[in-house]
Amino acid sequence: MFDSIGEVILLFWRTLLALPHAWRQRQKVFEQFFEIGNASLLMVCVLSFFIGAVIALQTGPVLVERSLASAVGGVVGIAIAKELAPVMMAILIAGRIGSAMAAEIGSMRIYQEIDALRTMNINPIHYLVLPRVLAIALALPLLVVFAILVGWFGGAVVANYNHLMEIPFRAFFSDLKDIVDLKDVGNGVFKSFCFALIIGSVSCHQGLTTIGGPRGIGRSVTKAVVNSIVLIVIFDYLLTRFLVE
Amino acid sequence: MSNPQSNSNGGVGLVVRGLRKSFGGQEVLQGIDFTVQPGEIFVIMGPSGSGKSVLLKHLIGLEDADAGEILINGEPITTPEIAAKYRMALVFQSGALLNSLTVGENVGLYLTEHRLKPVAEIEAIVAEKLNDVGLKDALHKMPSELSGGMKKRAAIARALVIEPQLILYDEPTSELDPVSSVVIGNEILELKRNTGVTSLVVSHDRDLAFGVADRIAVIAEGKILVIGTPDEVKNFNHPLVQGFLRAEFKREK
Repeated sequence: MFDSIGEVILLFWRTLLALPHAWRQRQKVFEQFFEIGNASLLMVCVLSFFIGAVIALQTGPVLVERSLASAVGGVVGIAIAKELAPVMMAILIAGRIGSAMAAEIGSMRIYQEIDALRTMNINPIHYLVLPRVLAIALALPLLVVFAILVGWFGGAVVANYNHLMEIPFRAFFSDLKDIVDLKDVGNGVFKSFCFALIIGSVSCHQGLTTIGGPRGIGRSVTKAVVNSIVLIVIFDYLLTRFLVE
Repeated sequence: MSNPQSNSNGGVGLVVRGLRKSFGGQEVLQGIDFTVQPGEIFVIMGPSGSGKSVLLKHLIGLEDADAGEILINGEPITTPEIAAKYRMALVFQSGALLNSLTVGENVGLYLTEHRLKPVAEIEAIVAEKLNDVGLKDALHKMPSELSGGMKKRAAIARALVIEPQLILYDEPTSELDPVSSVVIGNEILELKRNTGVTSLVVSHDRDLAFGVADRIAVIAEGKILVIGTPDEVKNFNHPLVQGFLRAEFKREK
């Protein structure tokens, strides 16, 4: 993984340099954007609801037992907004969308479609990489905002109906509002934007460097997902450190 | 590879000198030299694994040579402006159509991506080029719905849209039945007649080579064994060349 990190950075840099072409590629960006939303929205909804629910279930009874019921909303709110929604959604998108990107570009490479683009003087970074990286960088933060709201709702449902807590919705969200501010949500969204750039660059790089037929495509898909997740976890720590300070 | 309106029509000359390329210690091209005249159909023949396709990738700029040079109208292919100055196209062995686009979108891709013409004009050009290769009904089909021969013809149509001055064909008749092979061969000849394009065909199809070539080069083990007219090559007395040209089944009578 670390042997290709320089190539990924180079690809990311070239993608940044291609940004002036973004408007020309807007149709592809929107196609990719809606594909990402369409493929992930339901899964994001289910995943974030149950993450919120399980956080409430794990922390709620302990806090209530210690007469800290008013902290449940805040704990769930902070955990979802700052950490769980961005990281879990990024991992989900790496598996769902990053793998598809690596497979699609990888098969284009194997079947000489990328060579065909180059012979027509069409830059594969402008045509393939830029729209995908932009689309994922737009889609993931929006999905994370959605996941945060659904996750909070999941936590509130469990806090309300679980017999060990029985915290009313209004009280849960009032407590949450006292502790969580817009900056916390902004932190999570910013992290997800960085994760999106990682997933897009790593997956496109794996696709573009695919060799060796169908087995090679499988290898690229696996590496795209695994490398993205490892980098997401590492960058999660670094970004949190930076954002906390 | 550039704006079709940036240069006059007609073929370009091609010179290859001392071209060498190795992969993993194995020298695939061992000093290739040849010249192709403007408007000529030059066929490179040779057995599988002789380095033909690698040579072709060098000529279109998809590979960098270890040594030697390639000149287009006297200018090195490595010159940055070469793509803007001369129009070159490669017809891939597999067609290499983009599977996510329709045949029409594939054929018009070059014009669309470089925004060289208004949409209506691009549609007209695409329809015309598909008609030229006998695929006017395939406009809205996906590449996966086409046969091998149709894919190759669609790839030729995509190359024609560029209005190339040098067109390279990689095994244009492989996997095709004899009738489809003749259709492709006739396309190559007609294109030369109509536009004066320089054509370089890489193939191991003897019928195609002797049917369309002005000159033929035979390549084996990374070296060119002979260059000449079809008759000169046929009569060239070299065991590898004669072995390749006269290979046939031995059936007991």
